[in-house]
Amino acid sequence: MKENFKKPVQFMLVLLIAFSMLLAACSSDNNKPAPSNNGGANGNNGGETKAPQEFRFTLASEPPSLDPALMTDAQSSIVAAGLYEGLTRLNTKGEPENALAKEIKHSEDGKTYTITLRDDAKWSNGDPVTAHDFEYAWKRSLNPETASEYAYMLFYLENGEKYNSGEGTADEVGVKATDDHTLEVKLYTPAPYFPSLLAHYTYLPVHEGTVEGKPEWAAEANTIVSNGPFLLKQWVHADKLVLEKNPDYYNKDAINFDKVTISLVEDENTVYQLFETNKIDWIGAQAGSVPTDLTKKLIDEGKAEVTAVASTYYYLFNNNKVPFNNAKVRKAFSMSIDRQSLIDNVAQANQQPAFGLVPPSIAGPEGKMFREAFPDSYFQENTEEAKKLLEEGLSELGLTAFPEVTLLYNTSEGHKKLAEAVVDMWRKSLGVEVKLANQEWGTFLESRKAGQFDIARSGWGADINHPINFTYDLIHPKSGNNDGKYNNPKVEQLLDGSLVAESAEESMKMMAEAEKIAISEDMGVLPAYYYTTVTMVKEGFEGVISDYAGHLDWVHGSKK
Amino acid sequence: MLRFILSKFMFMLLSLFLLVSATFLLMNAIPGSPLQSEKATSEAVQKNLEAYYGLDKPLYVQYGTYLKNLLQGDMGISMKKKFQSVDKMIANSFGPSLRLGLTAVVTSVVVGCVLGMIAAMHHRKLLDNLAMIIAVIGMAIPSLVMAPLMQYYLAFKWGIFEVAGLDKPMDYVLPTIALASGPIAFIARLLRSTMIEVLNADFIKTAKSKGLSGYVIVVRHALRNSMLPVVTYLGYLTAGIITGSVVIEKIFAIPGIGKYFVQSVIDRDYPLIMGITIFYAVILMVTRFLADVAYVLVDPRMRAGGKGAK
Repeated sequence: MKENFKKPVQFMLVLLIAFSMLLAACSSDNNKPAPSNNGGANGNNGGETKAPQEFRFTLASEPPSLDPALMTDAQSSIVAAGLYEGLTRLNTKGEPENALAKEIKHSEDGKTYTITLRDDAKWSNGDPVTAHDFEYAWKRSLNPETASEYAYMLFYLENGEKYNSGEGTADEVGVKATDDHTLEVKLYTPAPYFPSLLAHYTYLPVHEGTVEGKPEWAAEANTIVSNGPFLLKQWVHADKLVLEKNPDYYNKDAINFDKVTISLVEDENTVYQLFETNKIDWIGAQAGSVPTDLTKKLIDEGKAEVTAVASTYYYLFNNNKVPFNNAKVRKAFSMSIDRQSLIDNVAQANQQPAFGLVPPSIAGPEGKMFREAFPDSYFQENTEEAKKLLEEGLSELGLTAFPEVTLLYNTSEGHKKLAEAVVDMWRKSLGVEVKLANQEWGTFLESRKAGQFDIARSGWGADINHPINFTYDLIHPKSGNNDGKYNNPKVEQLLDGSLVAESAEESMKMMAEAEKIAISEDMGVLPAYYYTTVTMVKEGFEGVISDYAGHLDWVHGSKK
Repeated sequence: MLRFILSKFMFMLLSLFLLVSATFLLMNAIPGSPLQSEKATSEAVQKNLEAYYGLDKPLYVQYGTYLKNLLQGDMGISMKKKFQSVDKMIANSFGPSLRLGLTAVVTSVVVGCVLGMIAAMHHRKLLDNLAMIIAVIGMAIPSLVMAPLMQYYLAFKWGIFEVAGLDKPMDYVLPTIALASGPIAFIARLLRSTMIEVLNADFIKTAKSKGLSGYVIVVRHALRNSMLPVVTYLGYLTAGIITGSVVIEKIFAIPGIGKYFVQSVIDRDYPLIMGITIFYAVILMVTRFLADVAYVLVDPRMRAGGKGAK
């Protein structure tokens, strides 16, 4: 046997060498198409960027669509912000500024807008951008055949909803290009925040010749036609997107990045390691997220920053079901949890305790933030008071013991931890036992919509920088998002009134009043905290920020 | 042989049809819909969406339409990734998975066989124990743990490899190790046990007494005779590995097909669920078929048996 020993070792060596050759052959084959795809990125990854400025970040998943009519999510909007230019754009404070619009005038009653466009903007194929492109784009989104999910963002237009539900015609819709550079818009109700709405991606223009009859136009880099500060040079599906500065952009001097590389990376730890090995320049604000277990440490070390986000984490009470059809029981549940402790020990990203619905980064009246004008001091946490309220509530309901109730959340480690902590707080402070149940996202949404829950987790983000997102949408009895079916005619009246109020200030005041009643008197829902986003950026970058909604805004960034 | 192939093929078609039907029904039976979103839209919007994707029609009509399109080679477009066709999505993402998968399969077989051979030849000696310890470790540490560990130390801390991606040949190393460690261990143990038996067989003793060298005996005679279980396992292994791994692809940010298996269901992206299922079934059937054929080639007894049956 000893003699045999040598030869297998030799044989093994031969095999290993052969194998490594095979591997090498394999890989060099694979690499052949790569240079065109990756050469540029690799070349710049070394960090020796001198003249050309590059910005690199990740998205957790591919943008589902880059067609303005079909976009619905943060990923798409982050990319689209560079590709398209609308009539207005939100500045770093979240206020609308004119972009393609030169002038926006509105009539006395606030229902008719006359928008003059600049005449030097071009599509990436060389055609001029005109008012007709906007008219075409908006009517296209409203066209039932386009099947746009966000068409309702355009229901502000006169007859918009009618056309979308197949009852009206395109000609009746309240938007018309009276000439190449003038757009006339008629709204069905005055909307003081219309200039903000114009910055939303559903209001972006599209190029008719490119889009008509070709629904797949925005799914590939070589078929997309855009008009923004950047052009989509490359879209390797499920892998990455490469954008380059648009040399024909009318305001190109305001743009500093020459190239933007967006890699699609799902895993948080991988994203963090890419950042630390200098492969990406940014994490956070829906463009990758800092790993939860590192968040606290990175914030303490000053490496990561916490920014408020226009989103609220809350629990829905089923207002139609015993025991949560009783306001006192609802109040007891809301008053008996320690929000700050939840944030410090569970959520751990310096969120803000929520005692209302409108988050602090939403703009308010007279240049102030909404929460500055109307603080959310609607109630206080108080265990003793809560116990008393629970007792009273139960006797009002004619109950001797607390019935069996369940807290429903969508399957996720974070939601689970929070729910467990909250249930524990209720057990300790109120002496009640609440069961936990989780459902996978799709099933969860269906249960919640159908009202099959006692308490259900919910989170809500903003589409536009305006409190209407958190008042009308969440506590108006007719809102499709009021899944707990909270219903108070007083609130309904106030919110309806806010839509036709004489001034923006008056309108906001009525919204705040409605929010106050819904929380402090009725506790229709249980606000938990206002979200934050944790962001990290490489040294030397300026002007890349998390916007009011917590989405990365990189378009006007620069590198020293 | 031809009849064998033909009957296998017919059976494959039948299985595929049953599978398509079952998946279609099950998929529609799960609560939730591809068109549902957290934000409530208007009823009109929902109706438009349903009409656009044909979900407003009765289920049997949808099923019929799907089968008809499928027969014409049209798998439809994704309902979530707007206007990306399912066949293209599968084709694009299969490339990286296939390249990585084949590298992992070859690695598993070569390393596994070498370890197994060493162990068998040095039965109950130091090298045997060493090889088996390596194998047990490979089997015991799930790739879920191994991949981030390697990524953290080898790529992040020491900078030998890239943290993520699949651009350069070196980028294949970490994901390949993570994918292959389990199969290596399995193959090594499989080969070891069969080879120990084979090495004790009479014909090996004859070969030895004829004075053949150890190398020739092991490779020419023992290895070939011990490969049968490995070949059988290889069919499953290849099918499993080239269709991507959710975990490995996520950790190393590889644009492969693995993620779609889970994501398509979470999204309720009906056309993609169907496409992915059909694709996986076909791969599984083809590799198993190839394994069957290879079995016949490796084992002369099978060939003789086949002829005898005629």
